[in-house]
Amino acid sequence: METFIAQILNGLSLGSIYALIALGYTMVYGIIQLINFAHGEILMIGAYVGYYCVAVFGMNIYSAMVLSMLASSVVGVLIERIAYKPLRNSGRLSVLITAIGMSLLLQNGGLIVLGTDYVPFPQVIERVPYHFFGGHLMVTSHQVLIFTVSILMMILLQYIVGYTKIGSAMRAVSHDREAASLMGINVDNVISFTFIIGSSLAAVAGVLLGLYYQTIHPLMGFMPGLKAFVAAVLGGIGVIPGAMLGGFLLGIVEAMVSGYWSTTYKDPVVFIVLIIILIVKPTGLLGKNTSEKV
Amino acid sequence: MSKRNLSIICIVLFLVWGLVFLATDVFGFINSFQQVNIIWAGINVILAVSLNLVVGFTGQLALGHAGFMAIGAYVSAVTTMQFGFPYPLAILAGALVSFLMGILIGLPTLRLRGDYLAIATLGFGEIIRGVLVNIEYVGGAAGINGIPKITNWTWTFVMTVFTVVIINNFIKSMHGKACITIRDDEVAAELMGINTTYYKTLAFSLGAFFAGIAGGLYSHYFFMIQPATFALQKSFDALVMVVLGGLGSVTGAVFAGLGVTFLNAALIELGAFRMVIYSILLVAVMIFRPQGLMGNKELSGKIFDRILPKKGGNDDA
Repeated sequence: METFIAQILNGLSLGSIYALIALGYTMVYGIIQLINFAHGEILMIGAYVGYYCVAVFGMNIYSAMVLSMLASSVVGVLIERIAYKPLRNSGRLSVLITAIGMSLLLQNGGLIVLGTDYVPFPQVIERVPYHFFGGHLMVTSHQVLIFTVSILMMILLQYIVGYTKIGSAMRAVSHDREAASLMGINVDNVISFTFIIGSSLAAVAGVLLGLYYQTIHPLMGFMPGLKAFVAAVLGGIGVIPGAMLGGFLLGIVEAMVSGYWSTTYKDPVVFIVLIIILIVKPTGLLGKNTSEKV
Repeated sequence: MSKRNLSIICIVLFLVWGLVFLATDVFGFINSFQQVNIIWAGINVILAVSLNLVVGFTGQLALGHAGFMAIGAYVSAVTTMQFGFPYPLAILAGALVSFLMGILIGLPTLRLRGDYLAIATLGFGEIIRGVLVNIEYVGGAAGINGIPKITNWTWTFVMTVFTVVIINNFIKSMHGKACITIRDDEVAAELMGINTTYYKTLAFSLGAFFAGIAGGLYSHYFFMIQPATFALQKSFDALVMVVLGGLGSVTGAVFAGLGVTFLNAALIELGAFRMVIYSILLVAVMIFRPQGLMGNKELSGKIFDRILPKKGGNDDA
């Protein structure tokens, strides 16, 4: 029972990071139907900016997070403007290949600029274990921080998307881009804004991952990015609550497999869960079934 | 294709084989680095042409090609090393197991569309890799070492030509036309009475079959295989070649397979800069020529009519 609860807690904190990354995937997908493979690399950039802010300039973790959000947003918008915007009207595959190309570019550019070593991430928040129920239940301060920050970000995102003007513009564009632009919405700005939000969330996730794994590396973004993409598909890509659900589900499945079986099995199991869900529900857990127009 | 052009193509192919054979095996003035890249070129052409059948001609975005390559590589390696199969039989065994896995994976997943199919096949590629890491019999994460080095230029050449000819003929056949119809409009194809599930699975597993051959060639040339070799990156590479060559062009896939291999070889001294240049080129090609090198056009034997004009009219028309 104790391992079970411990793994649930592990899964929740890792899952909340996945959920943050998945939100960026899902929003970009919802608006321009693009699997943004470079999203994981934006996360990596966020983590490095956070690292430099804390380790070199001695900031506290919260201002480091804000700065890394800003930096990642700039990178995200630049990628969108340079690589994705010229392809807005071409085939899905060429955009997908461009995204893969951007991902490779940032990974290898990162290896050149940042070096190939693993960098220890400063443990600015002390790892304090809290015990509950007479020591049966242990929660670390890191888990609490990761979970709280993620939930705050998600609430903020729900507010922006649901209750602000730019949020309703985003929903309009994702619903029907043509009609939205006819109604006087500047589609380009909305797309850039989507990239800003997605990249900011990825930057926060990057800093949190740095705290969680205690090291960062130029290739650190790839696997979490892939997992988060799986989470987004699991929950129904393009659906914001779906990304959160998928992220938490994935985190818990991973933690359970690592805790009760073996860590080498966690990746295959994650993908098996994904495929079973897709076969049973082809658009993901919360995905809408669209009927096909003939 | 006219008889004349067919014989010219045969002569050209024979010359290519003969010249490289003389240069590598007889006179040996091609160094080992160049030889490795010649083998790679063959493997990459097989991968690109076979994936093009799935993505370019049938319109099913699949991202698990490396997984099938892994199956071919492992099965053929185990059959030669443990059961003493002769090389051609081992390659065939790898390809057949890959084919069967293609049917097994294709039947449930090909009901998915577009990006969902992409992520499901990507998942299968990762599952195959993840399972291989956990099987002690094939060496786990360390992989298999000491596979006999049998693949040479002649084998690679024969397999590559075999793949291109079979896939080219498949596409020109009635089955291939059905696949193209599915790509262009799946609903209309179904209404026309085309069994879409059958043809999608056929194209997918046929692609897997040839990826299995590529894997067999690979394992018997580099004499060691690891699950990490067949990571997602390999599937991406194959997809990049397909899209660069042009979706729905066999010739394009052949050229892209050759081009990507030799570009990689030419840039290899640059280290990490190589990948930076490669990715910038990739993005640039997609922005300025999103339909790929060849679009969906083919280079046919007709080109010889232009290069070597013959007396009298064109009997090809």
